[in-house]
Amino acid sequence: MLVYTLKRSFVAFLILIVVSGLTFSLSHLSADPALTIGGEQASDEDIEAIRKFYGFDRPIYEQYFSWLGRALQGDFGESYHYKQPVVDMISGRIGTTMTLGVLAILFALIVSIPLGTVAAMRPNSLIDRFALLIAVFGQALPTFWFALMMIIVFGVWWRMLPISGNTTWAHFVMPTIALGYYATPALMRLTRAGMIEVLESDYIRTARAKGLSPTSILFKHALRNAIIPVVALAAVWFGFMLGGSIVIETIFNLKGIGWLSYDALLRSDLPVVQAIVLIFASFYVVLTLLADLLNAYLDPRISVR
Amino acid sequence: MSKDVILDVRNLKVDIPVSAGMLHPVRGISFSVARGETLCIVGESGCGKSLTSLALMGLLPKTATRTADKLDFLGQDIRDLKERQMAALRGVNMAMIFQEPMTSLNPAYTIGNQLIEVYRRHIDPGKAEARERAIFLLEKVGISAAASRLSQYPHQLSGGLRQRVMIAMALMCGPDVIIADEPTTALDVTIQAQILHLLADLQKEFQMGMILITHDLGIVARVADKVQVMYAGSTVEEGPCQAVFDSPLHPYTSGLLRCIPVPGKTQRGSRLGSVPGIVPNLVGDLHGCMFRNRCDHAEAACEALAGDATQLSDGHAFTCRMTPDEAAQAARQTAREVA
Ligand SMILES: Nc1ncnc2c1ncn2[C@@H]1O[C@H](COP(=O)(O)OP(=O)(O)O)[C@@H](O)[C@H]1O
Ligand SMILES: [Mg+2]
Repeated sequence: MLVYTLKRSFVAFLILIVVSGLTFSLSHLSADPALTIGGEQASDEDIEAIRKFYGFDRPIYEQYFSWLGRALQGDFGESYHYKQPVVDMISGRIGTTMTLGVLAILFALIVSIPLGTVAAMRPNSLIDRFALLIAVFGQALPTFWFALMMIIVFGVWWRMLPISGNTTWAHFVMPTIALGYYATPALMRLTRAGMIEVLESDYIRTARAKGLSPTSILFKHALRNAIIPVVALAAVWFGFMLGGSIVIETIFNLKGIGWLSYDALLRSDLPVVQAIVLIFASFYVVLTLLADLLNAYLDPRISVR
Repeated sequence: MSKDVILDVRNLKVDIPVSAGMLHPVRGISFSVARGETLCIVGESGCGKSLTSLALMGLLPKTATRTADKLDFLGQDIRDLKERQMAALRGVNMAMIFQEPMTSLNPAYTIGNQLIEVYRRHIDPGKAEARERAIFLLEKVGISAAASRLSQYPHQLSGGLRQRVMIAMALMCGPDVIIADEPTTALDVTIQAQILHLLADLQKEFQMGMILITHDLGIVARVADKVQVMYAGSTVEEGPCQAVFDSPLHPYTSGLLRCIPVPGKTQRGSRLGSVPGIVPNLVGDLHGCMFRNRCDHAEAACEALAGDATQLSDGHAFTCRMTPDEAAQAARQTAREVA
C-alpha cells in the first residue's frame, strides 16, 4: 500500500507539472499579455517597456519556471486588472466554491446511492422506473433552466429560499440541488448497474448460503463492492463541480472561483487564469489520487496489480 | 435399522419460465440423507444437480418455483418457511460448498472476516471464540499457519486453498448436513482427489449427512453410502453404492459406469463414461422415458413409460420398461462391448 501510494503520488506530481506547463505556454501564445496590460492607447515603446518589466521577452520556459517557482511559494503575482495579489482574490472566494462543491457532491451521492441500490434490488419495479425518470430528467434538463425554475418556484412564488448571495446556509440550498442534480444520473446508473452485477455474483450466493442477515448481505457484501467504481466517478464529478460551477455561481450570484475565472478570462487577466488553472488541476489530481487510494482500500486486489 | 434421517425429500420439482415456455429442470426427485451418511448424486452436466441442491437450500433463482410432496429437514417441514426462517437454518444446520472457489469468496474481506461472521451471526457474537473456531477449522482442512492466514485476502490464495477455506466456512457452525456441488470441478486435477478425500474424512469425523455431487467415480465408489443417478431432471437409478456399482440396471447408468469401477479398486480420478447423443429439451409437457433417444434398448413402449421406479429388495431401484433380469443382461452386454 505504501509503495502504491508513493508511486501514485509521483505520477500525480508529473501530471501537475505537465498540465500547468501546457496552460502557461498556451495562454502566453494565444494573447500578448503586454497588449492587455498596456491597454488600447499604449504606444509601441510602452508595450516594449511592459514586456521588459514583466519579463515577457524572455524564453517561455524561463518565464514558466520563474512563475512556477514563485507559485510554489504561494506568490501568484498580481492581477493585471484589479492590481491586487491573486492569492488574496482567490482565498477570499475559494471557501464559497468549496462549500458549494462539497454540498453538491454529497447531495448527489445521498440521492444516487440509495436510489440506485433500491432500483437494483427490484429491477423494473415502480421505484426503478421512478429512478430512471429522475435520471432522464437530470440528463435532459439544462442546469441553468433547472436553476431558474427553482428560483421561480421556491424563491419567487413561495419565497422559501433566498435567491442570491452566499451569506447563510439557506443561500446554498438551491445552488447545491441544481449543481448536485447534474451528477445524480451518472452516479445513480453506475450504482444500479454495479449492484445488479454484484447481487448476481457467486459471493453473494455464498453470503446467502451462510444465512447472513439481509442487511449484512446488502451493505457489507454487496454495496461495498458495487461502490468501488462509483467512488472513482464521484471524484471526477467533484472536480468537475468545483471547476464547472460557473453557471450556477453566476445565476445565484455566489461570487466563488467559477465566477472569478469567468471574469478573468473575459479580461485576459492571465495571472488569475493561470493560478485558477493550477489550483483546479491540483484539485483534480489530488482527487483522483484520493479516489485511487480509496479504491485500493475498498478493493484489496488493486494495490498488488 | 434405526437411522436418524436428517433430510427427507419426496417428489421435488423445480420449474423455471423461459422464453420458449416452462422449463422443467428437476422433475420429481426423491431421496433421504441420514446422519453420518453420504449420498452421491451423479449425472451429466445440465441434468439438474445444482438446481436440486439450491432447491434444498432455498437459494433458487428468483424466477424458479419449487414444489415437493415432502421436504423435511430435521423433522421440520421446510416447504413453506419464510426467507428469514430459512436463513436461520442456512449456515448453521445446512451448509453448502459451491463449484467455483475462485469467485465464491468476497474479494473485499479477509478470509478471517468471512469465516468469523457466520459463527458470530448464528452461534456467539463474541469475536475471540469465533476466531479460535476459525483457526481450529483451517487447521482441520489442512491449511498451515492458520492464524496468519486469517488476515489474508481471497486473491492471495490458490484455488485449492480457497476451496479449503470454503469447506472450513461450511463447517464453522457444525452443520447437520453439508451439500457439496462439484467442489473440485474447477480445480487442478492433481488436488481434486485430496479435497474430496478431505471432505469425506471431515464428514466421518463430524458425523454429518453429506450430499456430494461429483464426476469423480473413484471417489463415489469410496465414499458413497448411497448413489443417485440423475438424467434430464429425474432419477433413473438409485441404491446402495455397492449395488449400483456391482450391478447397474439402467442403460444410462451402465453407460456412465463403462470403466466398471469397483468400490475400493477403481482408480482415482476415473471419470464418468460418456454416453453418445444429447440431452433432450426439458421445456413444456414431457412424457415417457427421457433417455429413449440415446438408448440402445429403446422400444415403442418407452414413449409411454409412466416413470414409476422398479424396486428391488435392497433399496436398489431403477426407472425403465425392462424387468430387472432384462436390465441386468443388457448391462452385462454393455460392459462386454467395452472390454
Ligand atoms: N436460472 C436459470 N434459468 C434458466 N434455466 C436454468 C437456470 N439455471 C439452470 N438452468 C437450466 O436448468 C438445467 C439444469 O441445470 P443445473 O441444475 O445447473 O445442472 P447441473 O448442475 O446438473 O449441471 C440446465 O439445462 C440449465 O441450463
Ligand atoms: Mg452444476
